[in-house]
Amino acid sequence: MNKALDRLQVQDAKLVMAHLYVAFIALFVGATAGLLQTLERSGKFTLPAGIGYYQILTIHGVVLGLVLTTFFILGFMLASQSRTTGGFNKTERTISWIAFITMVVGTLMAATMILLNEASVLFTFYAPLQAHVLFYIGLALVIVGTWLDGFVMFKRHARFKKENPGEKTPLLSFMAVVTMLMWQIASLGVAITVVFQMIPWALGWVDTIDVLLSRTLFWYFGHPLVYFWLLPAYMMWYAIMPKIIGGKIFSDSLARFTFILLLFFSIPVGFHHQLTEPGIDPFWKFIQVILTMIVVIPSMMTAFSMFATFEARGRELGAKGVFGWIKKMPWKDVRFLAPFIGMLFFIPGGAGGIINASNQMNQVVHNTIWVTGHFHLTVATTVILTFFGITYWLVPSLTGRKFTKTMNKWGIVQTILWTVGMTIMSTAMHWQGLLGGPRRSAYSEYAGNADTLAWGPYQIAQAIGGSILFLGMIVMLIIFVNLAFFAPKGEQAFPIAETANPNEKPPKVFENWPLWIGITLALILFAYTIPLIDIIQSAPPGAKGFKLW
Amino acid sequence: MNMHKYEKIWIYIGSATLLFFLMVVGVSAFYMGNKPPSCAVTLDPENVRNHELFKEPGLKQIGDNEYQLTIVASAFDYDVGSDDKVVQIPKGATVHISSTTTDVIHGFEIAGTNVNMMLEPGYISTLTNTFKNEGTYTLVCNEYCGIGHHLMHATIEVVE
Repeated sequence: MNKALDRLQVQDAKLVMAHLYVAFIALFVGATAGLLQTLERSGKFTLPAGIGYYQILTIHGVVLGLVLTTFFILGFMLASQSRTTGGFNKTERTISWIAFITMVVGTLMAATMILLNEASVLFTFYAPLQAHVLFYIGLALVIVGTWLDGFVMFKRHARFKKENPGEKTPLLSFMAVVTMLMWQIASLGVAITVVFQMIPWALGWVDTIDVLLSRTLFWYFGHPLVYFWLLPAYMMWYAIMPKIIGGKIFSDSLARFTFILLLFFSIPVGFHHQLTEPGIDPFWKFIQVILTMIVVIPSMMTAFSMFATFEARGRELGAKGVFGWIKKMPWKDVRFLAPFIGMLFFIPGGAGGIINASNQMNQVVHNTIWVTGHFHLTVATTVILTFFGITYWLVPSLTGRKFTKTMNKWGIVQTILWTVGMTIMSTAMHWQGLLGGPRRSAYSEYAGNADTLAWGPYQIAQAIGGSILFLGMIVMLIIFVNLAFFAPKGEQAFPIAETANPNEKPPKVFENWPLWIGITLALILFAYTIPLIDIIQSAPPGAKGFKLW
Repeated sequence: MNMHKYEKIWIYIGSATLLFFLMVVGVSAFYMGNKPPSCAVTLDPENVRNHELFKEPGLKQIGDNEYQLTIVASAFDYDVGSDDKVVQIPKGATVHISSTTTDVIHGFEIAGTNVNMMLEPGYISTLTNTFKNEGTYTLVCNEYCGIGHHLMHATIEVVE
């Protein structure tokens, strides 16, 4: 770790901050849209100025699911790599700036089309709903930008190995490489459907589109997308959280092994989003259900490592018994509290995920608002609270300021607001989903039958939860602006934990990238080749585009 | 790679749970027949109304206590064969449901039952269900299909 910097070089810090500015603007726009949605669905409020429900729903999904997450994640991973490897050189930094600008241009293109009501197709943009071609080109540019950033991270990792022969690579840099590898391989799917199917079709070069093929390519990317949100949170939990509580990383090798397993089993699993679709053989659906569930193992390993770290630290501080460590944790430090609550929410979140991916139970909850409730636990609580936990120290360490006691208090208020708001909203969503309430739907009384009318109270509960969450978002923005521009000047540590056993050398095979890529591709080919041939060979006549909003 | 004893035990427990769980799901699917709806039967999405199955949507008795229910979905309507958008199904009857869409992707969910499937242009979605309880159920669209998505519905009355 002798190469590591205490804080980032000024040029790298600027690069990371640029990513974070975009992320927090996205948070404001997206969460405001979220508030409006829950209010509209309460049935007591009409959207002003003729704005359509599905237009703001598209904004909410695109801006939070794709923009906030991607910019924050890339910023955080660039920062982690810069901090642990000794910083980027001029070429790497230049490529990363080009990546950033490409992504911003792409985002602005897509956002403009949504605001002009030319692309109310939601963030999944399922054909044959047809958006303006600039929406698709914008999305493609965002993806190209992420690829450039990925190559920067691969290059930096390789350069560290070359310059430090025999030394183990920094854990955070290793994890960033795995995350970006997974992302690059997965986003090929969405890039193919956008560039080769949707853009020519939206331009009118071809009349029709193969809907099932495009959905399959989308979900080949769609599930790894959620792991792309989750892995950076795992990076924080494994490699930074121990430092915040004053402890050590339980095992460096196990952390690396977990990430390798996640690389294998995050991609060949997309069919579990397509279980209720006609056109895919049930046998291949089941194969992908199996591959999906294997993620249980690295998830359980992560849970084990986290609680082992907490307990070991608790005992070091004199805790006795199985649960004695709980009293020894730094509850008043929001840098610990926010990610910890995120971890707790991952327990019901993960259990819900297993339900969703099960062949039979999926049929009860598919496309109901249960699913929306589910990912508001996983990404909108577990991942986001971890990202907020990162923000509290990352931003001041980049801007040369201090995270003050006052801001820490506001951080705790923020965490409580988020926890309470999300508990109310997500529980109401899960429950309404079990009663059959569909997701992605504006307020409706349908035929006026008793079953659908019974959903009303749940939607009011969601509006209450959504309003509390909106307050939480405002508090978070105040903290961010304070840390970026107004907090007192000073040195804020960028925490990096050390392993419990400093002599631990991870096996050399962990750096054997051709091997890991080979296994990943083999699993993908196994899971997708035959069903894809089926889908293409027995395809019905293609579908024309529709603009139904 | 050295692994802590507790970690090993934990991984064994996790793997065993996983195996048990997958067996339950697998036996249910392939031995008991609870597979997700899927049949890969195609048609021309431009020509749905001329397809044998979809010429006259609605409920037809095809056997002793066995019915065929055919529904055509389009933005933003379910054609169930009657103007009042109500289908009456005898309680306990076996109902084979077939549906498709004439335009974009729609959902097909009878709230409060296990009937839940996607309708995609070019494919016929089928599912068999027995309505065991009397009552009024609402068929809703659960996949976004455009500005009137939340207005798509029909009523299923399960009667004695």
